[in-house]
Amino acid sequence: MATIILFAPLLGALIGGLGWRVIGEPAAQWITTGLLFLAAILSWVIFLTLGPETEHIQILRWIESGSLSTDWAIRLDRLTSIMLVVITTVSALVHLYSFGYMGHDENFGEGEGSEYKARFFAYLSFFTFAMLCLVTADNLVQMFFGWEGVGLASYLLIGFYYKKPSANAAAIKAFVVNRIGDFGFALGIFALYLLTDSIRFDDIFAATPELAQTSIRFLWTDWNAAELTAFLLFIGAMGKSAQFFLHTWLPDAMEGPTPVSALIHAATMVTAGVFLVCRFSPLMEFAPYTQTFIVIIGATTAFFAATVGLVQNDIKRVIAYSTCSQLGYMFVAAGVGVYSVAMFHLLTHAFFKAMLFLGAGSVIHAMHHEQDMRNYGGLKDKIPLTFWAMLIGTLAITGVGIPLTHYGFAGFLSKDAIIESAFAGGTNAASFAFWALVIAAAMTSFYSWRLMFMTFWGEARGDMHAHGHAHESPRSMLAPLGVLAVGSVLAGMIWVGPFFGDHAEVEEFFGIPHAEGAEAHAGLGGPELMFGAALAATEAEGDDHGDKAAVDPENLPVQPGEGAIYMHPSNHTLDDAHHAPKWVKVSPFIAMLLGFGIALSMYMRGVPVLAKLGLGALGAVVLFVAKVPLALAILGGVVLAAIFLLTRFGMNETLAANQAPLYRFFLNKWYFDEIYDATFVRGAKWLGRFLWKKGDGMVIDGTINGVAMEIVPFFTRLAGRAQSGYMFHYAAAMVLGIVIFITWMTLWGGQ
Amino acid sequence: MTNADIQTVLPEVLLAAYAMLALMFGVYTTKDKVAPLLVWVTSAVLAVLGLWILTGGGGDVAAFGGMIVNDAFARFAKVVILFSAAAVLLMSEGYMAKRGLLRFEYPLLVALAVVGMMVMVSAGDLMALYMGLELQSLALYVVAALRRDSVKSTEAGLKYFVLGALSSGLLLYGASLVYGFAGTTLFTGIIAAVGEGQAPLGLLFGLVFVIAGMAFKVSAAPFHMWTPDVYEGSPTPVTAFFATAPKMAAMGLFARVVHDAFGGVVGDWQQIVAFLAVASMFLGGIAAIGQRNIKRLMAYSSISHMGFALMGLAAGTAFGVQAMLVYMAIYVTMNIGVFAFILAMERDGAPVVRIDELGGYSKREPLRALAMLVLLFSLAGVPPLVGFFGKFYVLRAAMDAGMTWLAIAAVIAAVINAFYYLRIVFLMYFGEDAEAMDSGISPVLWGFLMASAAIMVVGIINLFGVEAIAATAAAALVN
Repeated sequence: MATIILFAPLLGALIGGLGWRVIGEPAAQWITTGLLFLAAILSWVIFLTLGPETEHIQILRWIESGSLSTDWAIRLDRLTSIMLVVITTVSALVHLYSFGYMGHDENFGEGEGSEYKARFFAYLSFFTFAMLCLVTADNLVQMFFGWEGVGLASYLLIGFYYKKPSANAAAIKAFVVNRIGDFGFALGIFALYLLTDSIRFDDIFAATPELAQTSIRFLWTDWNAAELTAFLLFIGAMGKSAQFFLHTWLPDAMEGPTPVSALIHAATMVTAGVFLVCRFSPLMEFAPYTQTFIVIIGATTAFFAATVGLVQNDIKRVIAYSTCSQLGYMFVAAGVGVYSVAMFHLLTHAFFKAMLFLGAGSVIHAMHHEQDMRNYGGLKDKIPLTFWAMLIGTLAITGVGIPLTHYGFAGFLSKDAIIESAFAGGTNAASFAFWALVIAAAMTSFYSWRLMFMTFWGEARGDMHAHGHAHESPRSMLAPLGVLAVGSVLAGMIWVGPFFGDHAEVEEFFGIPHAEGAEAHAGLGGPELMFGAALAATEAEGDDHGDKAAVDPENLPVQPGEGAIYMHPSNHTLDDAHHAPKWVKVSPFIAMLLGFGIALSMYMRGVPVLAKLGLGALGAVVLFVAKVPLALAILGGVVLAAIFLLTRFGMNETLAANQAPLYRFFLNKWYFDEIYDATFVRGAKWLGRFLWKKGDGMVIDGTINGVAMEIVPFFTRLAGRAQSGYMFHYAAAMVLGIVIFITWMTLWGGQ
Repeated sequence: MTNADIQTVLPEVLLAAYAMLALMFGVYTTKDKVAPLLVWVTSAVLAVLGLWILTGGGGDVAAFGGMIVNDAFARFAKVVILFSAAAVLLMSEGYMAKRGLLRFEYPLLVALAVVGMMVMVSAGDLMALYMGLELQSLALYVVAALRRDSVKSTEAGLKYFVLGALSSGLLLYGASLVYGFAGTTLFTGIIAAVGEGQAPLGLLFGLVFVIAGMAFKVSAAPFHMWTPDVYEGSPTPVTAFFATAPKMAAMGLFARVVHDAFGGVVGDWQQIVAFLAVASMFLGGIAAIGQRNIKRLMAYSSISHMGFALMGLAAGTAFGVQAMLVYMAIYVTMNIGVFAFILAMERDGAPVVRIDELGGYSKREPLRALAMLVLLFSLAGVPPLVGFFGKFYVLRAAMDAGMTWLAIAAVIAAVINAFYYLRIVFLMYFGEDAEAMDSGISPVLWGFLMASAAIMVVGIINLFGVEAIAATAAAALVN
């Protein structure tokens, strides 16, 4: 079944991409979409019926070279099944959505070469295949194949409007920036192969406790092997998942068609990095410094991207920065060791972010490819279904729900779980992450609602002609929105237990052998009894958060690599998160309230004072329920209400004027592009031009030309003159040769 | 005993007897009118003998007290010589007949030259060596000057004769030096006298002179000077003959002498052979660039190819000899095809030799141009054609023998050599249209051209097993 899932999109891509001239464009579209829906259905079957054991489904013997021997195999466990569901579902819906969205495109003219639909669908299917390769990989090379495959598909699809220079530039940028990450990833693969003599996940995971005690020479000094390899792999993850420093390609990637943004740059490919870190949880657990690094990068990204998102005017860019920010959340969860929560947010995020993108696409479609939100406004009644979908998506991303319960939209449960986990992480980095994430949550709420208010409420702005013709999207575009809306509402509530329930529940869901089981069987006596005792001792030691590497690998209750994710015995973050103080648990809600209130006050004309006071009161009540002392709770409510009252409609413009430097700083994305351009891009261009003009042009071409056009012809002329036709010249040459040889022999011969 | 000796040299004896009988036949019948018949019969005799030797097998036999050696190496060389001589004879008929050059002596002279060559590659003694060499050379001097009414042809024959005499003198001088130091002319005796590693300087002087004489025959620089003039002046079929069988014979003789007689002092002659190789490769390539006459160009091309073959020999190993043999077999095959093409280059019945006249050839004769392209690419050593494998073998031999510098030099030389081959291709396909040549081609020439080109393509599968036979041959020579 997994094999069918894997190869159905490839089949679709081949038929659609190569055979559309034979079968026609509509048939190509239907075949690719149909195969994707088949894959999606099978994925859900697998997800719901998955057993606890990790399955290896061999497809072919792949590499046999020296000690390197590996299969092409599908590794089917919980992580894979989650990704399967996410990828195939979103992909199938995006295929369907593209029927409408890509129906007419003025980027491709009439006549010859204007057929683009089959190509688009084939690319989408090819991307899906590559992504499935990535997540079903059973070894590093297979994963790298998928990793590069999605990179290629991303490149092709970002540059799909190949007649637009900006799209081409964005595609190249995405490719090049990803190269940096991939370089790290490749180094990580090499290092792991060097250290473990295998590229199979099972072998590598089993060897991780040893790696933690090995050191490896790299560049100028010795490193802990586990730390180094984990770090290098994370570099790869940073590139693919657009984390801080390597994020610059993601906003530009919005040049691609919107369905692509939804599929690749929101729901699936960009989460590959998160998946990678979770997949390598056995390694990450033995690399505490790298984990810290991941937390810091993740939190910084979440915060940074949110600040930029505050001021963007392009509807897709807002969502792009939002994606960047949410990916940061996921990395924080993975970094503090709660991989299940990272996967949880990945799952819910896939639903609501895909829906936001598809909704944005629907808006753009309605507004004739206008993407500037300043030219929107009042679209609520013109495209009501899209509006409702976007509203649900916004409620999901901002995390609306009933505090301290498990009732709420998808984002409410997963995002709050991350914030609690960050708080429970205990380290300084985790504390930094906690605060960064809470603030980012407020900003998330602000920019999401800002998007909503600017798009759907208020009076129509910009080109009135476009507004006049604004129309609801066709059914093929709305149906995916509906499906995703269901997921955005329910995904969190359904799966909060398996992903973020108590320890036993999570372990069961992820197929981790039950560590405490040993104690249950203790009564059987014999070796089990002793094992149980040793286990208890290990756990006792683990409580003091001692050096993880110090735990004797022989006595690990669960061997790394058993189960889909691995949590070290000393990793209690998941349990600690459940025991986080209640004010921590409500903090994201308060942040959400703050962001919503400010956005409401700034972008809605004439919000009643009573409503503002009400929001403040709601905050106070929530704080009170969270067992915050009454006085503080009231103070909090008053502060909230005061902030709301002080912000007014249109204040965004005055703020932008008053705080011009800060505004420009955010608007220009912290000047990352400019800095990179000044340092790397121009440097590289200079170097390239130097090597081209001087190195290639003068030295290499010059040498070749000199030899070929000056020196050799000179000798040719010489040889021609020597060939005089006179016999005595010829005889002289022969005698000369003899003389040379005799001299040679006299001097060096006979020794 | 004598009977066994005669048995060993039976092919040579038969061929010599045939040649003399056919001479009688020609003289006492209608002379030149039987020439076409004699060409075909001689070809057939050569081919049959070649087949006989090829399939006959046999071990390592010495005859006449070791003067003649019949081993796998000799048989390999003989097969190549006989087949190539037969092929060239067949190709010459039409050309010679058209120009009134087809005298009945021609095929018989070729047959006698072949006898000399067979003795050369079988020589186990300096005397036998010289006998074979001179028999071959005398026959070749005459065929070079076959066109008696042409100044160029006469000049070619005379030049070849005088310089050949000089080289013979050098060789004889060297042989006498060797005899003086070794006390014997038998190779087996010489190798025993030389011993391992330490040889007296006088003996080495003798070796140098002998090598110089042989280098003249393979036309290795700096003993190559006669080659372009003789190639140009001789009638084209004779040029084709010069470029094939005698080269194989001389190369076989070269390998025979340095390994059978001087196998103990590989280090001493290796340097000289390597020098000859490098000098030939570069000089052949560089000088050929300046040539517009395709016959002169092929002369330099063969000088350069001899350099590559000598590189295999310079390795001084059994694999080196194997590589040399493979290279020579491939070289001879390619040259037969190329000369079949050249022989068909005519305009209004007159031969055309300037390469500029090939402009636009591909448009008029696409198939022949394609075959020539394949052959030229193969000559240049472009993978995956068979010529590439020849170069690859000799390069590997040099590498395995630790002569990296030689291999690097050879690769550079190969690049230079590629230039003039590619220029012909360029002219045929992209050159300015020249006046059209005659489109007719005799079936024989067409067949050899196409077969040769096809071998260059098909042969890449297993080189027709030549590799294994050459390995056996090399093993018989180098112990």
